[in-house]
Parts: sequence; C-alpha cells; structure tokens
Amino acid sequence: MIEVKHLVKRYGDFEAVRDVSFTVEKGRIYGFLGPNGAGKSTTMNIITGCLAATEGEVTINGYDIYEDPVEAKSCIGYLPELPPLYTDMSPEEYLYFVGRAKGLKGKALDDGVDRVIAKTSLTPMRSRLIKNLSKGYRQRVGIAQAILGDPEIIILDEPTVGLDPLQIIEIRDLIRELGKDHTVILSSHILTEISAVCDYVIIIAAGKIVASDTIENLTKLNEGKSYIDMDVRGSEDAVKAAAGTLEGVGGIEVQAGENSTHLRLEVPGKEDIRDHVFFTFAERRLPIIAMQYEEVTLEKVFLALTESQKRNRAEEAETPEDTRIRAEDIFGQIGERQAAEQETSAPETPAEETAPAEKPAAEAGNDNDDYKPLFGGN
Amino acid sequence: MSAIYKRELHSYFCGMTAPIFVAFLLLMTGIYMTVYNLMGGYPGFEAALSGVSFVFLIAVPVLTMRSLAEEKHAKTDQLLYALPVSLTSVVLAKYLAMVTVLAVPTGVMCVYPLILNRYGTIGFASAYGSILAFFLLGCALIAVGMFISSLTESQVIAAVVSVGVLLLTYLMAGLAGMIPESTGASFAGFLVIAVLIGVVVQVMVKNSTVSMGVTAVLVAIVSVLYFIKEDLFTGALPDLLEALALFDRLYSFTNGIFDLTAIVYYLTVAALFVYLTVQSMDKKRWS
Repeated sequence: MIEVKHLVKRYGDFEAVRDVSFTVEKGRIYGFLGPNGAGKSTTMNIITGCLAATEGEVTINGYDIYEDPVEAKSCIGYLPELPPLYTDMSPEEYLYFVGRAKGLKGKALDDGVDRVIAKTSLTPMRSRLIKNLSKGYRQRVGIAQAILGDPEIIILDEPTVGLDPLQIIEIRDLIRELGKDHTVILSSHILTEISAVCDYVIIIAAGKIVASDTIENLTKLNEGKSYIDMDVRGSEDAVKAAAGTLEGVGGIEVQAGENSTHLRLEVPGKEDIRDHVFFTFAERRLPIIAMQYEEVTLEKVFLALTESQKRNRAEEAETPEDTRIRAEDIFGQIGERQAAEQETSAPETPAEETAPAEKPAAEAGNDNDDYKPLFGGN
Repeated sequence: MSAIYKRELHSYFCGMTAPIFVAFLLLMTGIYMTVYNLMGGYPGFEAALSGVSFVFLIAVPVLTMRSLAEEKHAKTDQLLYALPVSLTSVVLAKYLAMVTVLAVPTGVMCVYPLILNRYGTIGFASAYGSILAFFLLGCALIAVGMFISSLTESQVIAAVVSVGVLLLTYLMAGLAGMIPESTGASFAGFLVIAVLIGVVVQVMVKNSTVSMGVTAVLVAIVSVLYFIKEDLFTGALPDLLEALALFDRLYSFTNGIFDLTAIVYYLTVAALFVYLTVQSMDKKRWS
C-alpha cells in the first residue's frame, strides 16, 4: 500500500526526519507515536505530497508521490495538523468543494457529503459558516474532508486534538470503524490514544523510528514483567545475601544508602513474590522499611525509547548505523530509566516540524487601507 | 480544476473583493467617460480607457493580494497540495477566477460605445480593440500580482509589493527615457542587473557558492560582449527597460492601432507569470 524508503528531510542543517523507512499494509490501523517535534507531521506531510523529501522515496499503491502525484494522492485522504478549512464557507459548501476537487460528481457527491456529515455528527452545523464553529467541530469538518470519497488510505495527524472527552470517544469509534475497510494512519503523542485504536505502532523520536511492532507484541513482551524497589535496614552484604536466596528473581541491584540499603529486584515471571520477599527478609531479621511494586507498562516502553533517542541525537549524527531497537532491548533501557528515578524531566530537544517560514506580518486588514489614491492617466 | 475555480469565484463574489474591484473600475471608467466623451464631446471611448488604465495600479493588487498569500497564511494550501489535482491546475483555476472577475467590468464597458453611438458616430473597431487590450493588460497584471502573492504569507506585503511593481512598470517608459543611451551607461546598468540577479539567486537558494558563480558568469558574459561588440550596448538598457513597460502597449490601441505584437506580449507575460507562480508553489514544498 504505502512504501516509505530512507526518507530524509533537512531544514538547513537540521534533520527533522532521519532515514525513516516502513511499509504500510492494507486494512490495518497504524499509529504514529512520538513526542512533540519527533518528525511525525513532517513524515505525514511527505507521504501526502505536501512536502518534498530531501532524500528517499514514497510509493502509494505503486505510484510514486513525485512522479505520479495525482494518482498517488487520489488514494489518500489527509487531515493535516491544522484542519485546512476555508472559514468563509459552511461545512456543506466546503465538503462539496473538496468532493468535486476529488472528482466526485452528481449523486455520488451528494451521497458522499451526506454520509461524511452523518459520520462525523456535523448535521446540526452543516449550514453554519466554519468561522463560527468551535475547534471541535472544525476538527470534525477536517476529518469529514479526509474521509470524503472513500479513499483507500486515510491519514490523520493528531485527529483528536481539541476535542472534548465525549467527542474523543466518538472519533476513536469512527476511526475503528474506518479501519474495517480502509487503511488508517494516525499520529499522536498520546500513548493511550494509539493503544486504544491502533493495531500497529510505529514509535518515532528525534526523526528516527525507534520501534515498530504490533500492539500485541509490545504488550506481550511487557506481560508479567515487574520491578520491586525496597529500602531495607541492614548492611549491603546482608541484603545482597538475603536477596540471593530468593527464587524467581531475574536481576538484583543493591545500593548502600545512609540508614538503609536500597534493593531493586527484577521479576520476570507473572507471580507476585512480595509475600515471599517479606518473609525471607523477616527471617533474617532485616526490616523492610519501604517496598514498592512496579509493573512495566507500554507507556514506560515509549518513554524509555523516546528519551534515550533524544539524548543520543547529537552523538548519533556521526554514526549513521541503524538504531532501530528490537523490543527485547527495550527493557534494558527501562531498567536504566527507572533506576535513575530522579530524572523525570525529559531533556528538551527543539525539533521543529515545520519549515522556518517567514514571520507573517500584521494581519491584513481592510483591503484598501494600504493605498494612497493615485491620480494619473495619459 | 473546475471545483477550485468555482470556489474562488464564490469567495470573490460572496466576499467584498470582487464587488469592490468591479465597482471601483466601473466608477473610474464612468467618471472618465463622462468627462472625456459626454461632457467633452470626444467620440472615442478609447480615450477614456487610456485615462482609466492607472486604476489597475490599485485594483489589481486588491484582487490578487490574497490569492495565494492567504492560503499559505491559513494553512489551506496543505489541502491544495494533498488534493489529487496538479499544481498547474490549482494555479490556473485561481488565475482564471481572477480573470473572470476582471471580465465582469470589461463586459459592462462593452456597452459604453453602444451608448455613445446614440449621440454621434464613433469608431467601434478602435473602441473594442482598446477594450480587448485593456482586458489583456489586466490579465498580464493579475498574473504578476498573483506571482507576488505566492511569494509571501502576508496579504499586506503582497499588496504593497504589487503596487510598487505595477507602479514601476507604469512609470517605466518615462524612466527608460531618462537613462543615457551611451554604451558605457548600458554596460554599467547590465553589470548592476547581473549583481541583482546574483542577490536574488542567493535569497532563493541560500547558497553563496551558487550565487557568486551565477554573478561571476553573468558579469563575464556582459564584459566579454562589451569588449567584443561594443555597439551592441548602444541604447540597450533603455530598450530593455522599455520592454518592461506594460501599460504603454495599451496606448497604441487607444491611438487607433491594432498592435498584434502587444497582444502576444500581454499573453506571454501572463503565461510567464502563471508558470512562475506554479514554480513558486512547487518550490515551497522543498523549503
């Protein structure tokens, strides 16, 4: 369906997208997940032909987006980050315009517009001017525009931004429904949104794909993995010895503190061994003064992946090897991350997704304000 | 393409732009016709037209300033890029919509010679020939304005620059006459133009090697030509500048000459700037 090969987008010296490759297959819902500025919108803009890539190629149903743009674009419905709406039109007029531009005519056009208006619950607003609509309704008009004409591929860039919780649920249901007979790609920086609707996740950070797998695979790897963090009053050696006798523990980390010893246990099995841990330490007369149980969630996978990628961004610029991480490697990084508990604030990498466009000057006012009357003639 | 054309027309006529444009043009034509033809008793409608052509300096930027700048500003250009419509069709549709707006007052003007005919004998051929040239001049100016609008995100900048450029072409014939015809002056002028082209290249591609290279090559060509065939430069700069005087071609029509080269000239200017607009839109995707 969609093949993206070695996509690179540079803005001057800044690489917004760095060697991104993936394939999208028919009939699935793909989630593009990444923090703000990761390059999600840039990648989507390139796939839909709104931006040209510096390097790499994109083919849609066999049509190259640069060589055969019209054929390639007719397979796609796209909702950009900011819905591209003509605010001097009503949703109905606007959708008729988009439908005609997509090549719909006559009854197919009428039916198509009616259907998308019903699907996005725009009926009460269909003849109001778009400039008088709230952000949520504007977003819906944008989605309606993207799905109009039943394109095979629907690409939605952050479709639920600005919607209220009820609308978010409605739109998610709509996306799930669309996923039954369309290929949907949607981007978000919110993990729960992606895991709620998508079959397949592509995690992107600092312009690179750091993981791409099905939701099942990513969650399967998480299953039953947990950590136990404890503070124990006792010497480092005693704690280490006690921990060594525990069964079903994958890894042990010991760190001497001021009044206590910090112990961190990695538990690979599904079993909850906290009772066992408690009695073992009690028998050895090592009082546990704090114990915390932590399960690995998809969210942690995501954070670990994206943060490490951000940190490495500068160094990786020199080593062009494939840094795509296998799911098994993820957990080592989660360990690192959780060990460094204090590090909660992510290092911000300013990764601009749009071209540094010229600053728009003051909003254009009345049409005639700028002119002095000229008199002349021959 | 027709969808975009219809949308553009809808937005011009449902908004204030087209009514203001049409009203302003008709008002000024009406004033000039009243003064020249009705009160002055002069039988040629073309005289009124030649007087009224300066109105384009204001009316055309009003029409063209938002054509592409506003799309970029409101980010609706993303829709145009994503729709299965070629960029050429998008630009042509927008251009034709503006030409259609211009066709409305021009169509009304076609009635004026008929009105004048009631009061005396008038030369229909020169009147309608002038109206045609007036329309084509407008088409060429609209293409220039649309190109300027495609370069910026701000309608105000688009309008101000358009007024400036159109004013320059309006005054060009006079300016060209002031430049000395000597070979030295032309040589110096061409060197300045070569450097200016280099500056434009620098702004466009942001690569100093390329822009320096282009400037060096142009300067070399001009210098070599100057030393080999000096007489080539006699009056060359005023001739070049005169070629940019868009308005002056209209005056041969209003003087009663049907100048085919002027028609070809206007159509070429229109086609060139429509083409440049397509390129400018395409270039935006690469920045």
